[in-house]
Amino acid sequence: MEQTEKVVNANTSFRVKTRRGLLTPKNVPYFFIGPAFLLIMIFTVYPVISSFILSFQEVRGVEKSFVGLANYTRLFQDPIFYKSLLNTFQILIVQVPIMLLLSLLIAVGLHSSMLKGKAFFRISYFMPAITALVAASIVFMILLDENFGLVNYFLSLFGVNSIPWLTTPFWAKVSVILVMTWRWAGYNMVIFLAGLQNIPSDLYEAASIDGASKVKQFFMITIPQLKPVFIFTVVMSTIGTLQLFDEPFILTGGGPNNATMTITVYLYQAGFKFFDFGYASAIAYVLVIITAIISWIQMKLVGDE
Amino acid sequence: MRITKSHKIIVYSILVILSLYFLFPFAWALITALKTEGEAFSFPPTFLPDVPQFGNFIEAWKSQPFGTYFMNSVIVTVMTTIGQIISCSLVAYGFARYDFKYKNILFILLLSTMMIPWDVTMIPLYMEFNLFGWINTLKPLIVPAFFGSAYNIFLLRQFLMNIPKDLESAARIDGANEFQIFYKIFLPIMKGPLTLIAVLNILLVWNDYLGPLIYLNDQSKYTMALGLASFKGVHELQIIPIMAMTLVMIIPPVIVFAFAQKYIVEGVSGSIK
Repeated sequence: MEQTEKVVNANTSFRVKTRRGLLTPKNVPYFFIGPAFLLIMIFTVYPVISSFILSFQEVRGVEKSFVGLANYTRLFQDPIFYKSLLNTFQILIVQVPIMLLLSLLIAVGLHSSMLKGKAFFRISYFMPAITALVAASIVFMILLDENFGLVNYFLSLFGVNSIPWLTTPFWAKVSVILVMTWRWAGYNMVIFLAGLQNIPSDLYEAASIDGASKVKQFFMITIPQLKPVFIFTVVMSTIGTLQLFDEPFILTGGGPNNATMTITVYLYQAGFKFFDFGYASAIAYVLVIITAIISWIQMKLVGDE
Repeated sequence: MRITKSHKIIVYSILVILSLYFLFPFAWALITALKTEGEAFSFPPTFLPDVPQFGNFIEAWKSQPFGTYFMNSVIVTVMTTIGQIISCSLVAYGFARYDFKYKNILFILLLSTMMIPWDVTMIPLYMEFNLFGWINTLKPLIVPAFFGSAYNIFLLRQFLMNIPKDLESAARIDGANEFQIFYKIFLPIMKGPLTLIAVLNILLVWNDYLGPLIYLNDQSKYTMALGLASFKGVHELQIIPIMAMTLVMIIPPVIVFAFAQKYIVEGVSGSIK
């Protein structure tokens, strides 16, 4: 009895509120999504359009003037832009496969059931992924120092001459790759691990009964089953690498001799060192188009998922 | 086939060697942060400090206004997290539980913002914030978070769509208004996914470097990331404070991670489903 009374009470009090308010099931969704959409317009839609227009303009202080395709023609004649494009792709082609293989290797190792101390390993591999890129880059900068760095000291114990990690073009790229791999391998490892756990175990049981070896099982079951995970990690890592900024910016500032100048570092310089907003917008749009094309190719290559 | 002993040893040694690669930089940062200058610069390097110099941390903290940087980082992180939670829950709820005109178009518009790299919006946003007079304030880092993030909204919407419709029908019959249904019934249900969104946002924002780099000029507005990077200019002589402050900057994410490990691992792996 008491309960029904409560419900009735609540009922009337809610009714009053509803009648008074503007909230009807019909218009209320707009209240839920409205404010956020206003912000999307201001902080995403408008900037995307504005950036496109800017890429055809020259900006001097507050004055803007249309210059047609001048920014784009300049871009396609700019050796540093080509260099940054080349660097980004070199890093992409070397780093992404190495990192993903490493992530897969660790994930497979951790997934094998007999292992003790899994939690410890998982945390130690994942720790870098929660570390600020700035912090990671700075620590590596110190570790890789040509004269005082610990890495060169260890190498000297094995009779290796000191390596100019951050001061020669080739090794500077290697250093950037080292830091990127350190930072992101654990993150991808977790994704692979989840993928491995999703593979139905009866597939392996059936294969074992048929007498397939572990190695064969790995290539015939594990790898094909992980295909969607591969696609996801490859696409995400590619997009991330195309926007590579923190690591080269901190480690080498894009040097030596522009050897680690990436597209985004160059974009940053054009925009916020030289305040050449029109030119920077053109760089940004070219980057977007490249990203879209590559993602599309990757999706096509592996078939539609 | 059973896993043999030699198998196990190989797997273990690979895992141990790799965990050295991943953990060593942390260990070295800690060891260096506790050294005297003499020890830090000796060559060949000494391994452990004779007497750990815990005072190094205090000195490093005082060498720049790190108290201010830390507070700025906390403000930005907390405010963006609040913004993300409010906005993501409202928008995801709106899309998941209602039918309305232009719903599909609006949802596609929302999702398409996910495809847009921040590189494109960087320059116009800077000009926009400049117009608002927000450069060199924390606002450019905070306010956009109140739009939420398309990715989080998408995940949250998926979660909400799995909840039976009877729930709000019953509440409506009881006379609850639409906002009460959201607030009293659905918000508590969303606690799990919202925690994940909060944690991922904390890690992302605390570690962000490019955003603060673009929008903040004045030391009094610096975040931890900028403060730490500003050591870089002075290079070798500052190894000890750099390492000390690097560790200080890592501590908050580590604490968050320790409390929310389960959510993070689920969240990261959830992204492939």
